[in-house]
Amino acid sequence: MELAVDAVSHRYGAVVALDEISLRVAPGEFLVIIGPSGCGKSTLLGIIGGILAPSAGRVRVGGAVPSDCLNPITYIFQDFALLPWRTVEGNVALPLEHHRLPEAARAARIADALARTGLTEFRGAFPKQLSGGMRQRVGIARALAARPAMLLMDEPLSALDAQTRELLMEDLLALWLRERLGVVYVTHNLTEALRLADRIVVLSRRPGRIREIVSIEMPQAERGRPEAQVEIARLHDRLWQLIKSEAQVAERELTTADGGGDDA
Amino acid sequence: MPDDRIAPAAAASDLRDIEFRGGGFQAAARPGAALFFFVLILAVWELAVREGWLNPIFLPAPSSAMRALWELTVSGLLWKHLGVSLLRIGAGWALGSMFGILVGVGMGIWSLARSLGLAVVSALFPIPKIALLPLFILWLGIGEQSKIAIIALGVFFPTTIAVYNGIDAVPRNLIRMAQSFGVPMTAIVRKVILPGALPSILAGFRITTSISLILLVAAEMIGAEYGIGAFILQAGNLMQTDQLLAGVAVLSVLGLAVSALLTRLERRLLRWR
Ligand SMILES: Nc1ncnc2c1ncn2[C@@H]1O[C@H](COP(=O)(O)OP(=O)(O)OP(=O)(O)O)[C@@H](O)[C@H]1O
Ligand SMILES: [Mg+2]
Repeated sequence: MELAVDAVSHRYGAVVALDEISLRVAPGEFLVIIGPSGCGKSTLLGIIGGILAPSAGRVRVGGAVPSDCLNPITYIFQDFALLPWRTVEGNVALPLEHHRLPEAARAARIADALARTGLTEFRGAFPKQLSGGMRQRVGIARALAARPAMLLMDEPLSALDAQTRELLMEDLLALWLRERLGVVYVTHNLTEALRLADRIVVLSRRPGRIREIVSIEMPQAERGRPEAQVEIARLHDRLWQLIKSEAQVAERELTTADGGGDDA
Repeated sequence: MPDDRIAPAAAASDLRDIEFRGGGFQAAARPGAALFFFVLILAVWELAVREGWLNPIFLPAPSSAMRALWELTVSGLLWKHLGVSLLRIGAGWALGSMFGILVGVGMGIWSLARSLGLAVVSALFPIPKIALLPLFILWLGIGEQSKIAIIALGVFFPTTIAVYNGIDAVPRNLIRMAQSFGVPMTAIVRKVILPGALPSILAGFRITTSISLILLVAAEMIGAEYGIGAFILQAGNLMQTDQLLAGVAVLSVLGLAVSALLTRLERRLLRWR
């Protein structure tokens, strides 16, 4: 499945969050969006996912979708968004419940999603019993159960500690290398961006505009190697130069428009 | 080989134990102590009556209240009063809760219902409901209906508010999540909103059961032949304070039983917390 964002703008009252964003996501592409706090990354993802109506512009999709796909564009959330009163299995089952599926197919999908995220033995646990990393695995399993054509991830690792983040990033990468889903992935973390992305979209501070799109030619599978590190460091430096000054300004801004100190 | 990168330890004689400052304020349960204290109060009370420090006309000994309660039980009179009371409180509470949940859900989900409902509920909530009983008696007669209606009304408002607040407190991102998977609206209400509001709804039940107990007694004292409230009033008029205390004891056991039932319900339904 491919996706096209055409001149999307969004405003919350007087706050202009996004200004004329246009971009494309090719089938199977891993697109990472970075940008300073409050520049509209989550807003953009919400619009792409169809849970937020843009003030202007539109989002279109095209191309084939897997025949067993129940939810072509599927979210993975920063705060996991698990139903605390449901077990792991119950959470993974949620996206299937409003579709007509034979009972055996439903059970098979759940079992498969749990197995692919290493959750099979935790199927009866409640979210509060799980660590942050395991909770996000449940979020990933739930997304996989819907057999999506494209994944939208809004800082999926940023609520986790550094080691768990590293582990889960490797898992996500392995998953993507296997499935080759289209992915739109929002992050603050340049290391994550450089490890995962085919292309990195750099947004300016609010109102978010596309400052630059950086393509990374090196295949993801090679980026962990020692000899790749010079190139990775060079790209890291380039990205940092792009966002540093804007991040400095954004960091000193009030987060809400009615704070009085806003010059936008 | 000694490691000379760290400073040499002070001579052992220079070391003192650190001071422990973390004592007190523990929330440890002491069930034994509570029971003992309860028994002690009863014993002192009993002693005070027997020694003549208290006039049994005004405050009978616990033992005479117990005896009165026993006689009430074996004579069958207790069941007559209690049965009528349970019927009134059960019907009133169920009715008030049902409407309260319906309206609360409506207010939680539809913004129009919210604006209208919030105005009406805020205006009517502070009225002491028992003040409306004479009006209800005018409308519905002195029989069961006015009593059930007053209990239902007293239960309705707190239930509405508990349900509405509970729905309001359901994290928006859970609703967004369900929407992002294309879960239909009615299923979102059933699978996300109501379970999320359940803790608040159950907490509301605690409040409304005690409110309905108060309203029951008040309504039965205003105009009823049978019912625990009526029984207590009659006993007071006849200066039968032992009977009166027996009635009060029945009420407190009723309150405790309901509270225990709710605790079990919470344990069952809110296991995930
Ligand atoms: N519901 C809303 N109402 C009003 N303003 C909002 C709302 N949601 C977001 N905003 C504002 O819009 C701007 C963009 O928000 P958004 O959450 O998309 O940014 P972001 O890039 O995801 O930020 P972060 O890096 O902190 O996650 C911010 O300034 C934010 O304060
Ligand atoms: Mg965000």
